[in-house]
Amino acid sequence: MVIDKIKKRNVDNGQVKSKVDIPIGKWVKCDKCKEILYKENLHKNFGVCPKCNNNFRLSSRRRIEQIIDEGTFKEFNLKIETTNPINFPGYKEKLKALKAKTNIDEAVKCGIGEINSEKVVICVMDGNFVMGSMGSVVGEKITYSIEKAIKLKLPIIIFCVSGGARMQEGIISLMQMAKTSAAVAKLHKAGNLYISVLTDPTYGGVTASFAMLGDIILAEPGARIGFAGPSVIKQTISQELPEGFQTAEFMLEKGFVDKIVERKEMKDILYKLILLNK
Amino acid sequence: MKEKKVTAWDRVKIARDSKRPTSLDYIENIFDEFIELHGDRYFSDDKAMVCGLARIGEMNFTVIAEQKGRTTRENIERNFGMPNPESYRKSLRFMKQAEKFHRPIITFIDTKGAYPGIGAEERGQGESIARNLMEMSDLKTPIIVVVIGEGSSGGALAIGVGDQILMLENAIYSILSPEGYATILWKDASKAKEAAEIMKLTAKDLYDLKVIDKIIKEPEGGAQKDVKHTSEQIKKEILKSVKELNKKTVSDLVNDRYNKFRDMGEYAKVK
Ligand SMILES: [Zn+2]
Repeated sequence: MVIDKIKKRNVDNGQVKSKVDIPIGKWVKCDKCKEILYKENLHKNFGVCPKCNNNFRLSSRRRIEQIIDEGTFKEFNLKIETTNPINFPGYKEKLKALKAKTNIDEAVKCGIGEINSEKVVICVMDGNFVMGSMGSVVGEKITYSIEKAIKLKLPIIIFCVSGGARMQEGIISLMQMAKTSAAVAKLHKAGNLYISVLTDPTYGGVTASFAMLGDIILAEPGARIGFAGPSVIKQTISQELPEGFQTAEFMLEKGFVDKIVERKEMKDILYKLILLNK
Repeated sequence: MKEKKVTAWDRVKIARDSKRPTSLDYIENIFDEFIELHGDRYFSDDKAMVCGLARIGEMNFTVIAEQKGRTTRENIERNFGMPNPESYRKSLRFMKQAEKFHRPIITFIDTKGAYPGIGAEERGQGESIARNLMEMSDLKTPIIVVVIGEGSSGGALAIGVGDQILMLENAIYSILSPEGYATILWKDASKAKEAAEIMKLTAKDLYDLKVIDKIIKEPEGGAQKDVKHTSEQIKKEILKSVKELNKKTVSDLVNDRYNKFRDMGEYAKVK
């Protein structure tokens, strides 16, 4: 890990005055500018590198802390797990190990909470769990949340981060695209507000289903957003991809995103959008 | 059904055989009349998707079909049956028209997947597929889907949200091509054969998983051996399905379609 290198460096980026009192393991290196950051300060800055504005990947727990009023989040307690529909070798064991390691039970966390006292249904995907991929459980939790929003006449906000459909569940994962999109159709018919927020990265079967179906689609700066992955495209067309291809800024320019929102302003913008749709 | 020693990989090869009938071959044999109509009204006419109006006896249909070529020239024209967003937008335009005129929709799936290109991404490949999935789920007219060859990824599903999903015996339907699957999971496209065996992509597997409703038998050696006979079998199933679906009220039809896809997913309560 980066820890050895960190110890040898004299860190002083304005964030950290002295490294003496800070135990190893509380440091993190920015992938983009290579700056060494004190984790606590990084979290206070919404998980954004103070030096280069790089958005660190957020866990669903941290994301909910940033968006939802303290103490108001109530998770839907579905308590479901996949049954390994195509008997993919080692899949159940992999998930079990991952659950133990990450302390989260699937690639999306869903529930009800308040944004400046405005009640919403919120789903937050988690890239730390099989790349935020969508299998049966993610599909069911998203669908359940949408149906719950319809029933309770609440706006729904979905934070997306995903590599796409979950390979280990094969065709059943593919069908989750139809299932969640059908639920969104119902939601729109019922007249509920749906805000989709695209974060880094949002790809494949998630892009090609609920992520792109919001009344309003927001994105975080620099987030990579697309259907096909860049390596697949490069391989297919045998040429280099243009600078900035498949970024949030690219998607805004092409007309597929409504607005790019900085993390520290996300809660406020969501709040205002909810009010403007009341 | 008779048990034959045909591996999943054998089916992949049959499904991709260059002599295998394409959508237009079936359309010609199934319908008494067919007029192709073009364009998505926004950008262009993408030839990887064929859309038009068709007739069997007194009954009118809207036909939506992914179209591969057979020769190199045809394949270049058809972009190897890999749709750009314009294909999906064209198909949606015709599906909406079908709804307006209460015509049943027949879709034919045959694609390696949506085209992964720069232009496709610039013009919203993901958005175009997502919109089709959403709109099809709520379309107030019967939709019958026929998987005839390769059905890979969201590019196939984008015209696959139907009331009745039929599939030819040697067709395949999967989350991704076996090559793509092997690349993502094992970083090795040459393991496509192994991938095919575990992906559950054959008609029998998909029937067992309740992803499709009906397997249509093919002649020995595959549909390519007898296009007329295979078309007859497809036609019979289409007519049977339409008759059943026409008995339903529109609200039952749409509710049943919602629940059909709502029920897809394999999970259990955590113990
Ligand atoms: Zn940085």
